[in-house]
Amino acid sequence: MTATESTEAATGVPFFLNGKSLTANKGELLIDACERNGVHIPRFCYHERMTPVGMCRMCLVEVDTGRGPALQPSCMLPVTPEMKVQTENEVTQRAQSGVLELFLINHPLDCPVCDKGGECPLQDNAYSYGPGESRFVEEKRHYEKPIPISDLVNLDRERCILCDRCTRFSKEVAGDPLIHFMGRGSETQVNTFPDHPFSSYFSGNTVQICPVGALTASPYRFKARPWDLTATESTAVIDGTGARIALQSSQDELVRVLGVDSEAINWGWLSDKERFGYESANSSSRLTEPLVKTGSGQTSDIGFAPIRWNNALARTAAALGANPERVGVIGGARLSVEAQYAWSKLLSKVALISNVDADLGDGIPADLALGLPRASIAETVAPGSVVVLMAGDPKEELPTLFLRLRHAAVEDGVSIVEITPRRTSLTKHAALSLHPRPGALGSVTEAMANGSFSGTVGGVEGSDLQAAAELLGSDRPVTVILGRANLAESSDFLRDAVQSILTIAPNAKFLPALRRGNLMGAFEMGLAPGFGMGGVPTEGGCSTEQILRAVVGGQIETLLLLGADPLSDFPDRALAAQAFDQVTNLIALDTFLSSSSTLADIVLPAAGFGEVDGSFLNIEGRLSPIQAKVTSKGQSRDDWLIAVGVAASLGADLGFSTLEELRIDLSANVASFSQVDWINLGRGDDGPLLDSTRDWSPEFGERKAVPAVDGYGLALVVDHKLWDLGTLVQNSATLAGLPEKAGLALSRSDFEKLATEEGERVTIETERASANLVVTIDDSCPRGTAHIPFRLPGFDVGELISVSSPVTTIRVAR
Amino acid sequence: MSRLSAANETLAREIISRYPRPKSALIPLLHLAQEQDGYVAADAMEQLAELVGVAPAEVLGTCTFYEMFKREPVGKYVLNICTNLSCQLNGGEELLHHAEQALGVRPGDVTDDGLFTVEDVECIAACTEAPCMQVNYRYEYRLTTSDFDELINDIRTGNRSDLPEHGTLGLVRQHIPADRLAGNESPEEAGTPSWFASRQPAPEDSGKA
Repeated sequence: MTATESTEAATGVPFFLNGKSLTANKGELLIDACERNGVHIPRFCYHERMTPVGMCRMCLVEVDTGRGPALQPSCMLPVTPEMKVQTENEVTQRAQSGVLELFLINHPLDCPVCDKGGECPLQDNAYSYGPGESRFVEEKRHYEKPIPISDLVNLDRERCILCDRCTRFSKEVAGDPLIHFMGRGSETQVNTFPDHPFSSYFSGNTVQICPVGALTASPYRFKARPWDLTATESTAVIDGTGARIALQSSQDELVRVLGVDSEAINWGWLSDKERFGYESANSSSRLTEPLVKTGSGQTSDIGFAPIRWNNALARTAAALGANPERVGVIGGARLSVEAQYAWSKLLSKVALISNVDADLGDGIPADLALGLPRASIAETVAPGSVVVLMAGDPKEELPTLFLRLRHAAVEDGVSIVEITPRRTSLTKHAALSLHPRPGALGSVTEAMANGSFSGTVGGVEGSDLQAAAELLGSDRPVTVILGRANLAESSDFLRDAVQSILTIAPNAKFLPALRRGNLMGAFEMGLAPGFGMGGVPTEGGCSTEQILRAVVGGQIETLLLLGADPLSDFPDRALAAQAFDQVTNLIALDTFLSSSSTLADIVLPAAGFGEVDGSFLNIEGRLSPIQAKVTSKGQSRDDWLIAVGVAASLGADLGFSTLEELRIDLSANVASFSQVDWINLGRGDDGPLLDSTRDWSPEFGERKAVPAVDGYGLALVVDHKLWDLGTLVQNSATLAGLPEKAGLALSRSDFEKLATEEGERVTIETERASANLVVTIDDSCPRGTAHIPFRLPGFDVGELISVSSPVTTIRVAR
Repeated sequence: MSRLSAANETLAREIISRYPRPKSALIPLLHLAQEQDGYVAADAMEQLAELVGVAPAEVLGTCTFYEMFKREPVGKYVLNICTNLSCQLNGGEELLHHAEQALGVRPGDVTDDGLFTVEDVECIAACTEAPCMQVNYRYEYRLTTSDFDELINDIRTGNRSDLPEHGTLGLVRQHIPADRLAGNESPEEAGTPSWFASRQPAPEDSGKA
């Protein structure tokens, strides 16, 4: 580094902007440096989160670097010392007006019927910098309008100005390069390959970043005009990442969700589930009034009658208050932190119920989520660090986190070590991919810790174990993304693996991969067995599995469901079904009639997404606000208000009757929330990271024995897909058709043993059940495993899973 | 016909091996696919995408950029008739018109018997011999309408066995001996190629003109 270079690094690069002497950061692009100094340069193709390409030429400015002034694209030009820049002189203005006139040659003037009209960068720039009149009198281009490039995105090609934003996004950010420029010259257009639609989980982002109205989303097309929309900033509550969003509504109906660029979380990107899932909030099947069961409870005779709120609350109170040790409470991950606090306070302080679990047996144990040293997302993806992925495919379970991880691996030299039962979407970017046989996760990590690298352990080569151990043991910071990669495998193995990893990398931090909404908040608020508010260990309390067993055993007769659907989501279908068959009182707090709440005796309608104020605690422990944008449907109420109502029926006072009072109470009673500035929460920043240090750490106990391998069977791997039969997807009109049919995927060698054809049906059998499924070859499955995704149409794989066996083995026959 | 034949797939892999990055082989591979079928079929593009490790959309993007990659089946003989300046002055337009009349097709179309595709092309670099035409990319010079009829008749009666199969642009495939091969190292890592190092040094400039 020379002397001048080091001064530049310390003090910045001096340059002149419209005659004013300013400083830019070293390496900063001119367009950014100008923006930071209050001078906006118009642009179409430039996007802060993507590589500049200099495609649109809208950002041309006159630059003199000592060789005389010349027009240069400011998005491609890092500021150099003493650079003289003119953004407002006549030369620049003529260039801007010329570029716009050329754009408007082929761009139709259909703004009055275009969804983008009113919020369109092309429209705005044409007003501000354009020539005002066109000299072009010839016929413009015409294309078929619109072509659906996927189920969610429509393309009007004549509006496209070829800025390369959508194509760059799909290739660079999402890694799904399914759209590309086709043709040449004036015939150039964006399109897909025939029969390969743009079915990316992130397709909606292209609609948001399109600077013209060329890309429109099916759920929003022709729904509203931008000037009729009002917006509020909120948080996506669909998965644990907690992406920041803007909620937009028109005439008291949610019509659009946009990603907000949050440096800490989602960088402006959203998955299509977070973006279009709002449709479910507008669904006509939403619960709007309290219901009481009138039918006999048999599947053939489910009947409900509306009742008044005070009756519903009184009945709920009676059921909960009678015999606290005979009550189990399942769920709470859908609720806001405030509602979780209210319910937790009601259950623990008023009703004295300790059998509470927000996890449905498909996440990770609460003590691991709460008690392990926590990494933030930014720490996880910090350049040069090592990420151990011991969770389900992030693209399917935590898609916005996947984008950050992908960026980290591709751009920032983060080494990903994957220890998963099968290949994931990150495999091609991973430094190492280890695929232990189901049940062998503990022994594989133990071998890594012990340095026994000879032969193979649990299906993993010794050389891979050694390489992984070396990466983890290096002095690079290590983060473990810890989640449930296989629902057909006991989570105890995860505990053993964590123990081993902590012996190799004692300073490792953890990021819990919690797929289910605000599960971290629920754990923190004490909706977890063995934990009270603030992650304080308590005595007793049953997990969801134990609650269901206790129902079957007759020790529990009342079940309260806090927005949970265990009948569909608990991995062991037979156990859940038996429990629901035997339960005496079933009370459900829900937004929809799910398969579980359909069986309830009392259904309490809750206000849904976009209808409540509150906050959300994401997987890294960051508290961000959830805001109400529209009024709640019918008589549905905020979840926390229902808790207050139940308490009142029990003759108790929770100590708050407004959200503000609740928050004061919460801050007073939960240590980690004592410093929260509720009034300014999430204003102008990403929300505070709450202190997650504990005065206890998880106990690892005895290591679990590795289950014997059944040489005639295949170990079952069950994980989640983004599009499934979940309530949200199924009640969103545009998303409902997206889940694929359930099928069985096998490795090539296992498939060949069957001597059948791809797409043929085969019989699968466990001790529990048998089924007939279509079989395909999937290279992501290691030999000896079989993959069936959870909750897909066609087959409920939960029928095969037994939570009492550590792994599930299936027999497959033609 | 669609995907590459086994022999052509082997050839495709050999072509890919000549480049530092598989993606760089895309244009020669598109030529190969067109050479096989006379046009680049959708299936072939999907196969090429797999071979070079890109998405099919990118292959289609490359293919559509070049007019001479055809994406619809062509006749057994592709007639490229030039109507650019020199040919136009010497009767190229009339020749094209005559071809349309004689074969009963519009430029870009295939005759019903699947034998001929007529194309109206821009300059094919034989202006001294205008008006000119290519038959499966082989030249016919100073063509009159009767010459054209004779040619069509010859082809129909099987007297033009010298013409290659449709789709073949080059007469020979490039084969560089191993010792002259630049190799497929990545450009950033490559040393001086052998053929460059073995060159005689240039004679020293004596300074006299």
